[in-house]
Amino acid sequence: MKGRQAAMAVRVAVVAVFLLLLEVLCRSGVISPLVMIPPSAMLISLCEMLLAGDLTDDIVRTFGTVAVAFAAATVVGFAVGALVHALPRLRRALDPILASYYSVPFFVFYPLLVALLGLSVLPLIAIAFAFAAPAVVMSTLLGLDRVPPVLLKVARIHRLGPASTVFHVVLPAALPSILNGIKLALAYAFIAVIAGEFILSGGGLGYHIAYAYESFDNKTMYGLMLFVLVSAILLNGLLHMWEGRLLRRRQR
Amino acid sequence: MSRFTRATDLAVFTIVILALWQCLYDYAGEVAITAPMATFRNAGDLLVKPEFWPNVGATMLAFAYAFAISAVAGVALGVLLGVRRFAGEVAEPILAAIYTIPKVTLYPVMLLAFGLGMSAKVAFGVIHGVIPIVLFTMSAVKNLSPTLLRTVRVMRLTGWQAASTVIVPAILPEVISGLRVGFSLTLLGVLIGEMFASQRGLGFLIINGINGHNVRMMTAVTLIVVLFAVTANSLLLALDRHIHHHR
Repeated sequence: MKGRQAAMAVRVAVVAVFLLLLEVLCRSGVISPLVMIPPSAMLISLCEMLLAGDLTDDIVRTFGTVAVAFAAATVVGFAVGALVHALPRLRRALDPILASYYSVPFFVFYPLLVALLGLSVLPLIAIAFAFAAPAVVMSTLLGLDRVPPVLLKVARIHRLGPASTVFHVVLPAALPSILNGIKLALAYAFIAVIAGEFILSGGGLGYHIAYAYESFDNKTMYGLMLFVLVSAILLNGLLHMWEGRLLRRRQR
Repeated sequence: MSRFTRATDLAVFTIVILALWQCLYDYAGEVAITAPMATFRNAGDLLVKPEFWPNVGATMLAFAYAFAISAVAGVALGVLLGVRRFAGEVAEPILAAIYTIPKVTLYPVMLLAFGLGMSAKVAFGVIHGVIPIVLFTMSAVKNLSPTLLRTVRVMRLTGWQAASTVIVPAILPEVISGLRVGFSLTLLGVLIGEMFASQRGLGFLIINGINGHNVRMMTAVTLIVVLFAVTANSLLLALDRHIHHHR
């Protein structure tokens, strides 16, 4: 435990030193203000925009899209994972897709989706879903594979019915892997939505960043970037903490 | 599984994909996507056109640089962080956090720092590809069996001998897995880079096809890119399984 706290302290120090270094380099002009503005200026710019309410629409739009895609990816991914696990023949057929799924540079399909679904949030949701769901499917499969057979035997000895076997034995045993998939799904949904907004969209945080970049508005651009980075890290940290709590409770 | 069933599965799989594609075409029509057969023909036409190859060359060159940098830097950093436990523990959550951020947002920074062109594309590929390689290598080194390390000490191997005869063979399977993931992500990074700001390359052809409503070009280039990615991935996956199997 002590080692972990020490690592945490050093980690915070490393990040702080890095930010400080960036600040000094920017302020002293080693990094030209045309390239990057100092981190403190990014923060100020972000606060100004947040207070003025300039970002509210974009935030609602982006996070709404992420939430819908993430929820759908988690539910559908889990259901498909469980189904495929129950049908070995189907699984063998799907194996090649799952194995090479993430090797396809996904954003090449985005224009296609825009053409199919129109320029709205639908193609964004579709691409974020398509990017996130397979991670849940794969981790569900992995988790179900890793349920120790001895636990299933115990369930049979205790004469548990199918429903209670699933709820009391299979799901808890598969939980760590499934949680991992859920964490990935959130990160992937976020990446896909922002990237999609960046490439082709009329709104949202990603679009706003691209727009600020094209109009050489470094102040706005870096403020927004900071917001996206911090919220991605925070969201991920929250899921991480939730995962830790669930897993600790399991160990008791 | 016999070779025959595997071949049948692959054939069924290909037919299903082509059928879905045809349905999509029937539903959406010529404005969104071209039909499978026509796309293969267009892709074939593209492949014999001389002006197509400089674009392939630009993408491949950027990709080769980016992947070489990701692989070398990733493995080196991974080994270092795996050997120095404490540094590894400090760095791992930071790396994991960087892995989850949408790196597209950093694209303007890359452009401002490296300028339009090759180096920005390479840098963009590297930031996508390097982290999984570091993480895989690091966990492989951390999970090295202590017996192996004790053997190294008992036999008084020098650093180089230990690395070449014990450590590298022991971590190789995980490193190959990491390189496979890194390979895909580097390619993704380079292509996205080309889509945003570039005058050349396959990503540029796709975005150009979109902007000019050139559906034929867009679909054909997409097909070529996907086929390349899937083929490369299957080869690496086969290598990966071969090495894991022969341990």
